[in-house]
Amino acid sequence: MIHAEGLGKRFEDFWAVEDFTLDVHAGEVVAVLGPNGAGKTTTVRMLVSVLQPSRGKATVAGFDVATQGLDVRAHVGVLTEQHGLYTRMPAQEYLDFFAQIYGLDERLRQERIERWMRYFGLWAYRDWRIATYSKGMRQKLALARALLHEPPVLLLDEPTSAMDPESARLVREAIQGLRSQERAIVLCTHNLYEAEALADRIAIMRRGRLIAVGSPAELKARWLGPPMFEIVLNRALEGDLPSLPAEVEILAIEGQRILFRSPGWETFNPLIVQALTAAGYGVLRLAEVPQHLEQVYLEVMAQ
Amino acid sequence: MSRSAWATWWHGTWLIARREIRDQIRDWRIVAPLVGLTLFLPLLMNFTAQQVVHFVQKYGADIVAERLFPFLMMVVGFFPASISLVIALESFAGERERRTIEPLLAAPLTDAQLYVGKLLAVLFLPLSVSYFAVLVYVLGMHLKMGWWPSPMLLFMVLLLTTVQAVMMVCAAVVISTQATSVRAASLLASLIIIPVALLLQWESMMMFWQHYEVLWATAAAVLVVAVFVSRIGLAHFNREDLLGREVDILSIAWIKNIFWKEFRGQATSLKGWYGQIWHDLKNLRAALIMALGLMLAAGALGAWLAHQIPLQGVEQPHNVQDAFQSIQTGGGLPIALGSWQGVWALWWHNIRALLVAAAAGALTFGVLGILVPLLPYAIIGGGLDLMARLGWASPWQAFAALILPHGIVEIPAMAIFIAATLQLGASLASPAPGETLGAFWLRAWARWARIFVGVVMPMMALAALLETWLTPWVASHWLF
Repeated sequence: MIHAEGLGKRFEDFWAVEDFTLDVHAGEVVAVLGPNGAGKTTTVRMLVSVLQPSRGKATVAGFDVATQGLDVRAHVGVLTEQHGLYTRMPAQEYLDFFAQIYGLDERLRQERIERWMRYFGLWAYRDWRIATYSKGMRQKLALARALLHEPPVLLLDEPTSAMDPESARLVREAIQGLRSQERAIVLCTHNLYEAEALADRIAIMRRGRLIAVGSPAELKARWLGPPMFEIVLNRALEGDLPSLPAEVEILAIEGQRILFRSPGWETFNPLIVQALTAAGYGVLRLAEVPQHLEQVYLEVMAQ
Repeated sequence: MSRSAWATWWHGTWLIARREIRDQIRDWRIVAPLVGLTLFLPLLMNFTAQQVVHFVQKYGADIVAERLFPFLMMVVGFFPASISLVIALESFAGERERRTIEPLLAAPLTDAQLYVGKLLAVLFLPLSVSYFAVLVYVLGMHLKMGWWPSPMLLFMVLLLTTVQAVMMVCAAVVISTQATSVRAASLLASLIIIPVALLLQWESMMMFWQHYEVLWATAAAVLVVAVFVSRIGLAHFNREDLLGREVDILSIAWIKNIFWKEFRGQATSLKGWYGQIWHDLKNLRAALIMALGLMLAAGALGAWLAHQIPLQGVEQPHNVQDAFQSIQTGGGLPIALGSWQGVWALWWHNIRALLVAAAAGALTFGVLGILVPLLPYAIIGGGLDLMARLGWASPWQAFAALILPHGIVEIPAMAIFIAATLQLGASLASPAPGETLGAFWLRAWARWARIFVGVVMPMMALAALLETWLTPWVASHWLF
């Protein structure tokens, strides 16, 4: 659905994005992470054919972003970083304005507007001026605007920023609900929890360059090493540790607790339990220590 | 464009315009002054006209009243139309500042649809109000004073109002694309307000003198400028320019770097630099032909205007020698001919005039930069006509004796100056993609300066030398 190859954008002497190469397939959600100024918004703007790439090429929904801008924009739903709503307009009229721009007929406009406003809990406030909406309501309205024409590609820049936890959860659920075999979703966010919860793959950008791409599990394995486990014994460890497979890396021993990395845990974890049991210890618990995307992100940024 | 493509294009454009017009009507800050200007101003002008008529009639100066009515009609039309400038700044720079432009830019609309839609919206309300205000004024004048404007006068006032509004709005768009906030755009708007204020003063003078033919010409000229500026606006209203910049930075070092880099170009020696100038001059060919045509036209216009001056009853010197002596004895010749001081004075006078013209051109998209240097050629044309009618010399003889000796260098130098200034003004309408207007404009000025410093200034020095030493000698041997 999205194919970008060596995409770059230069503003005068400054390269905002360099050599951005990424494929996003239908049915996939890709989260783009990166600090402020990493080039996420510029990348989104190039993908929606608002900015012309200075280098490289990209197609979105089968259309070239450099030469088929109108077609690209007709097939993309965008939630911009700033929601950019006309605050003097009533919400329903606002959505109707954009639905007309996207060429929907009146029946379809009414049907879609009602559906999305109800979905986001805005229907009761449809005649209110947008100026009277809270930040969260405005964000939901902007998201409804991006969904009106049911585009095959969704580019969402910070979809849950400025939202209360309940509204943010609603939007995350909506994004989950928008997953389909026909749709690709790109999510730019600072919220690592959100990225991990929603995305099939994560792309991390720094200073205009894409420096890591993969599923959350792949990124953790690549940047944090093998999974980490903790064993809790029935009594504190006395003397030397029983002989364990060489591949297992012991990280810490604290009383009854042993922290270790196990590269082939399906094979090695039963062997570890067996060795400890044979040495007279009872295993009270064996569990994986959760490693968060935040650790990956910080690790990548530190490189 | 096929009919269905045109219908689709217009549908999108009208959507933008309609939304903006509705938005304006919802904003009391726009509606309140417009209502005031529609109702209060025409009635105030009716009252003013009445009072002035009563006053001047006491002294038999009815002509003042008669000339005042059309002038007040123009004022009544202009004031509401001038609101379009404020609305334009708000519509273009304001949308950009509030980021409401971003969802529109991400919609399947072309830059031209957005631009034309906004332009229509910005013009619609102020112009409607303006026409209505003129109607209220005219009806008021008819009811109170029995005065009707002629249909042509009414049409001319409405035309002037419309073209001025279009020009202001298009200029506001250009400014707005270069400013990231309404505040910055408002500050830059003085670049529009000052020329328009001068234009209005000019129109007022012409209205009082009842030179309606000049006003028609003014309307045509403003229309040309409006079309030109709208072309510039269209060229600069694009997604790249609107989203490419986030902050306004005024950096002297940046200005200096851009200017100097372009002024110097790739050259590493004076010869190389002149090689680039030669290349620049070759690119000026079309503009040079146009400049020579304009100079000839200015001369012809000057001659035609001078021809309208009646010479009967004017006390005239009998020949050109007497005339020259009367100038000398009257202290009318400030330049010491035949001296180095004279060379310097002539050169500096000409260079200063050209620099002032160029500076004025910078504020008027090159228009004054062209018109001011053409003025001497109109004067020359007029002078030659008067000399011929006074029987002093044939126009060709006078031209060959008084102008040509130094003109052989000065006229090409002026043609090059006018052509370079023409190109400078025209370049605004076709910006380089991916470059800000500021950087583009600076580079255009640097190329202009390269020609001015490298060609015009040395040629003018040579012309001053000839004018000081050679021309008086030729004139004194041939004419006197």
